[in-house]
Amino acid sequence: MKEYIDPILVVILLLNFVALGASRLRTLIQAVAVQGMLLGVLIVLAHGSFGSYLVWVIMMAAATMALKGVVIPRMLFHAVREVVVRREVEPIVGFVASLFLGAVGTALALLFSKTLPIDHEHMSSLIVPASLSTVLTGFLILTTRSKAITQVVGYLILENGVFIFGLLLMEAIPFLVELGVLLDLFVAIFVMGIIIHKISREFSSVSTNMLSELKE
Amino acid sequence: MAFLLFLVPVMFAVAALCVPSNRWRPWLVPLGGVAHLGMTAWALAGGHAVSGLQGWLVLDPLGKLVLGLISVIFTVCGFYAPAYLALREKRQNRFFCACLLGMLGMMTLVVLSHHLGLMWVAIEATTLCTAPLLFFNHSPRSLEATWKYLLIGSVGIALALLGSFFLAYSSIYGGDPSLKPTLLLDDLVRMAPHLSRPWLHAAFVLLLVGYGTKMGLAPMHTWKPDAYGEAPGLVGALLAGGVTSCAFLSILRIYQICQATPEAAFAREILVFIGLLSMAVAAVFMVRQRDFKRMLAYSSVEHMGILVLGIGLGGLAAFGALLHMITNGVTKGVLFLSAGNIHRAYDSKLTDDVRGAMRRLPVSGVTFLAGFLIVTGSPPGGPFISEFTILTGAINGGHYAISALYLAVLAIVFIGMGTTVLRVVQGSPSPQAEATPYRDRPQLVIPILVLLGLSIMLGLYIPNSLISAIHDALVYLEVKP
Repeated sequence: MKEYIDPILVVILLLNFVALGASRLRTLIQAVAVQGMLLGVLIVLAHGSFGSYLVWVIMMAAATMALKGVVIPRMLFHAVREVVVRREVEPIVGFVASLFLGAVGTALALLFSKTLPIDHEHMSSLIVPASLSTVLTGFLILTTRSKAITQVVGYLILENGVFIFGLLLMEAIPFLVELGVLLDLFVAIFVMGIIIHKISREFSSVSTNMLSELKE
Repeated sequence: MAFLLFLVPVMFAVAALCVPSNRWRPWLVPLGGVAHLGMTAWALAGGHAVSGLQGWLVLDPLGKLVLGLISVIFTVCGFYAPAYLALREKRQNRFFCACLLGMLGMMTLVVLSHHLGLMWVAIEATTLCTAPLLFFNHSPRSLEATWKYLLIGSVGIALALLGSFFLAYSSIYGGDPSLKPTLLLDDLVRMAPHLSRPWLHAAFVLLLVGYGTKMGLAPMHTWKPDAYGEAPGLVGALLAGGVTSCAFLSILRIYQICQATPEAAFAREILVFIGLLSMAVAAVFMVRQRDFKRMLAYSSVEHMGILVLGIGLGGLAAFGALLHMITNGVTKGVLFLSAGNIHRAYDSKLTDDVRGAMRRLPVSGVTFLAGFLIVTGSPPGGPFISEFTILTGAINGGHYAISALYLAVLAIVFIGMGTTVLRVVQGSPSPQAEATPYRDRPQLVIPILVLLGLSIMLGLYIPNSLISAIHDALVYLEVKP
């Protein structure tokens, strides 16, 4: 089943560009939700033959899809409904420039992964560049969008990128640790959600531009 | 036993969630600390090995040092908590107490983890436990500090996870097909000579950036002044003494792997550079600093720089660095708790408003001054010995330029920090001194005096057991002192 991995990774890369070009918060969150779902599919595909792990693999995939594809996006949608007055993304760097930077980042990721030794027979050759490019996209969204919610989405995309790399290491990372990582991510987003709520109550805005009291 | 060490604090945290009384709940914090200290003493004293989960949890010589440090700091600071929270009786402290105890449990798990994935989970968990602690004051400024802490911390740590994955992947290309990718520390150290170099280099950089963010090394330190400036003094003491030491330990774990490869010099050079950079950046921001809590945060950045510098220099300097982790941790407790008391009395943390603290608060003012003198390396404090050891190590190693820079930065910090501290403690109390009726009271100064006593003791007499513990840790790290 490993031949299906590459097409899915390409879709994930395209979703990065959707996220970079999204002008509405809903589109942005939807892109992340679809990415989260695809990550769950990738876990199943990367395992190929299930062997004795079948139950664990299915559980991991289900947990990933439920959290990254459903629960966290729902929390974000809820936050948008509750606290955001204007539902545009409010970029600091324009959309065209973001897309361009994203393209440059993807190209760099492809070049950089060429310099690293990769076991092609072991796994799909796109995993490393896709992972790095997704991490860069996350960074870009995190730093060039001013709303607190978009920063959370950026963090999620970054985490998705790290997660993709984890596919190379299925046997090295025990399920216990993967579940721990997912749990930490969930709690982190949950706490961030609470703080976004407080920010909106305190400043009547979720723009982090308001958070500029503390500086030298 | 390994499980009990981190599960008992977590159980105390759950108990704190269940206790209904806002008045009695805070006593669970020192109680949990004492229970943890008792178990730690048992684990450190005997020759019995503490381990569990088939090599995932091991208390090694390095871990023993950090475990002892966090346990002592937490217990002493824990006794500060009930009196502190009694002053804030209107505020719900359920989550505050639970998060403090949960933080202790997760710090212990970081120390025990010999699986890099598990260690990552535990470090992220300490971030999540401390976020509500920073937000305890519910002010817009604390909101901003919490947001920055959470976001910068989480992103940094996400990079550390990527670095851990790189590290695991580096074992695939060792030229030895029998090597399986792994995240177990002991396996990685054993197979270190066979790890793929490019992956190892990339992993080291990512892990240093990731855990360096958590530790507060420049240039990833930007959350620190905000977080330490807005956090209650108690939380600042635990962050600066405990959590940063855990982050330092995780960097040491990675260093231990690099140390076992032929390219240890690569890692050392980066550590020396980052160490000096952190010290220099901190010094620049400490001069003319008007906010004395932010000043302490920059002091923490400076001392984290000293720690990684010492490790990077190796040899005697590495011995000094491990000693400095302990002396600095204890002294930071003195400074943050005293600063918290002064902040409370004046209801301000700016030197424009705060004058004459020594008269206004005879004990906290004096301990603040003493803490400043000790942390900047004046004898007879513990940091004097450890900073001097690092200097001796640098000179013996022939690093004259680094030694000169190190001394220059220490001098700038002494003057910069001194200006701010003396403005706070000297003179006659400013009108702002009557802003609150708060006076020094035994429960809020005895923990400070205990930490101060420990800090001075480490300067006058270092127990042989501590020296041999540091030696064991260095042998374990394989840095010959």
